[in-house]
Amino acid sequence: MIEVTDLHKSFGDVKAVDGVSFAARDGRVTGLLGPNGAGKSTALRVLYTVLKPDSGTATIDGIDVVADSLGARRRIGTLPHGSGLYPHLTARENIAYYARLYGMDCDSIDAAVQTVIEQLDIGEFADRRTKGFSQGQRTKVSLARALVHGPQNVILDEPSNGLDVMATRALRDLIRQLRFAGRCVLFSSHVMQEVAALCDEIVIIAAGKVALHDTPDGIRNAMGCEDLEEAFVKAVASVGGL
Amino acid sequence: MIPIRAVFQKEVVDNFRDRRTLLSALLMGPLFGPILFASVINLSLKQSLSNIDEALDLPVIGRENAPNLIAYLESHNINIIDAPQDLDGAVDAVKLGRHDIVIVIPETFGEDLADTVPATVQLISDQASTTAEREARRAMRALAAYNSELASMRLTMRGISPVIMRPLNIDIVDVSTPSGRSAMLLGMLSYFFLFALLTGGMNLAIDATAGERERGSLEPLLSLPVKRDYLIFGKILAACLFMVLSLSLSLVSFYVTLKFVPLAELGMTPNFGPDVVLIAFLLLAPFALVGASLMTLVASFTRSYKEAQTWVSVVLLAPTLPILVVSILQVRASTELMFIPSLSQHLLLVGLIRNEALNLLHVGVSVAGTLLVGALLTWLCARLYRREGLLG
Repeated sequence: MIEVTDLHKSFGDVKAVDGVSFAARDGRVTGLLGPNGAGKSTALRVLYTVLKPDSGTATIDGIDVVADSLGARRRIGTLPHGSGLYPHLTARENIAYYARLYGMDCDSIDAAVQTVIEQLDIGEFADRRTKGFSQGQRTKVSLARALVHGPQNVILDEPSNGLDVMATRALRDLIRQLRFAGRCVLFSSHVMQEVAALCDEIVIIAAGKVALHDTPDGIRNAMGCEDLEEAFVKAVASVGGL
Repeated sequence: MIPIRAVFQKEVVDNFRDRRTLLSALLMGPLFGPILFASVINLSLKQSLSNIDEALDLPVIGRENAPNLIAYLESHNINIIDAPQDLDGAVDAVKLGRHDIVIVIPETFGEDLADTVPATVQLISDQASTTAEREARRAMRALAAYNSELASMRLTMRGISPVIMRPLNIDIVDVSTPSGRSAMLLGMLSYFFLFALLTGGMNLAIDATAGERERGSLEPLLSLPVKRDYLIFGKILAACLFMVLSLSLSLVSFYVTLKFVPLAELGMTPNFGPDVVLIAFLLLAPFALVGASLMTLVASFTRSYKEAQTWVSVVLLAPTLPILVVSILQVRASTELMFIPSLSQHLLLVGLIRNEALNLLHVGVSVAGTLLVGALLTWLCARLYRREGLLG
């Protein structure tokens, strides 16, 4: 469960996040949708505690990300935008390194790494050094790295970037599995089809503000459009985000 | 504590697989430096040694004008060889480098001597060339010796003791020991070792922030439930390990190369046995913490790997400054100076090579002072690692 209340974050004069509130519940997939520069990544970065909010609060399973950032981080698995791997380590070693840093037992690490490797279908290149991996392979390994400790909350910043059709479908299946397992999945995207296909709830962000927060059907109704893309454009325009 | 170990182990494995790190840590610093140093010394020693023993070839114009002088020179390890025909030819030959030096004895030489008028001897050389200058000095010395011998003879013939011409008897007492003379030559050694040490951890220090950031692996790393202090401690410790490794390799390689340098022939017996290597290692090793944390600190201010490399290279020069100042001012070791990292290591190492007894107080202050500065810099790194600006 992720809750964000009246979050503000500026960089100099730029108000990247300007009073954002939303909640992402367990067992549901919540999509953060918005044009480039809308403040999606900034909001997510506050959630995985690499940025501190200027004001407002954000909690992970009720734990405040500022007051107890370490506790909050224990409850999440994250895939930051453009995540990099260690090129001299194999995919398996990259994942195991994170497992160790999550504080997993040494005995259970190997099994957990193997499980997530099978889950994401990366066994084929798991024991190769990640130098020279394709974007899709890298994203899969980064994703495996974020999920190896079985986090209750999963935060993914543009996870489908650089993935081909097959990999995107595999990613969707994975996200659905997480939802089925009762996890809270929050991901950002600017790809309409992906959000429409996956999300139980959509939070449309534009110009640092929440334009709309509803189910896909709710959004279509609210904007009076059959097409989600049209509804999105209208919603963004309503807060002056275009 | 577990995260520190995890980060440390990962960095070690990662960097042992990185050819760039291996090359600079385990090859360039430790091997290149000492071998270069030793071969340069070897070369210059060989040259100066051979010049003393070898006969000087001296072209003389008009040798028939001064048979006694020629005989004197020949009896003093100087070979008189054929010279160009005339003065112009001699000047050209020296200019073109065919001869380093030519001596011209005018026809009036014998006459002037007989009349007790100062007799001219011309010495043509290019004083700007170092080898010619050395040869000219040898020729000058021989001529001066002949000069004073003739003067003594003249005084004796007139019934005056030649001693009267020597109101002063200058007696130079050289108290330098063979090890002491080596210390002068090997004074720069401490810098070579500190340099090797620093290059060993350079890539790791840069990688800790600039490298991770450029690769995009910093942000996921920071979102892990690990105290950032632990991350930076693990990284600095790994850099320390590579620095210490590089240091020990360079000490060993220097120990080996020094065996091929004929220092003893110059009256130098550097105190650089296996036990000294071990003590030198223990004296220098604490500097790794200062080096690793300083480089990490500098790298964390930079925006990219390239920029970090530029600035961190400047850090490579930092330890030279105190050493340079001390060599110019000829400062002796004192307890206060032992608080300054790199300087204290330099002074202790020079003392060690001079075969002086180790001052345990100095050693204690050096180790403690260096570790203290290192701890302070590490603390600063940890503080910087907590900033959100770190992500760039």
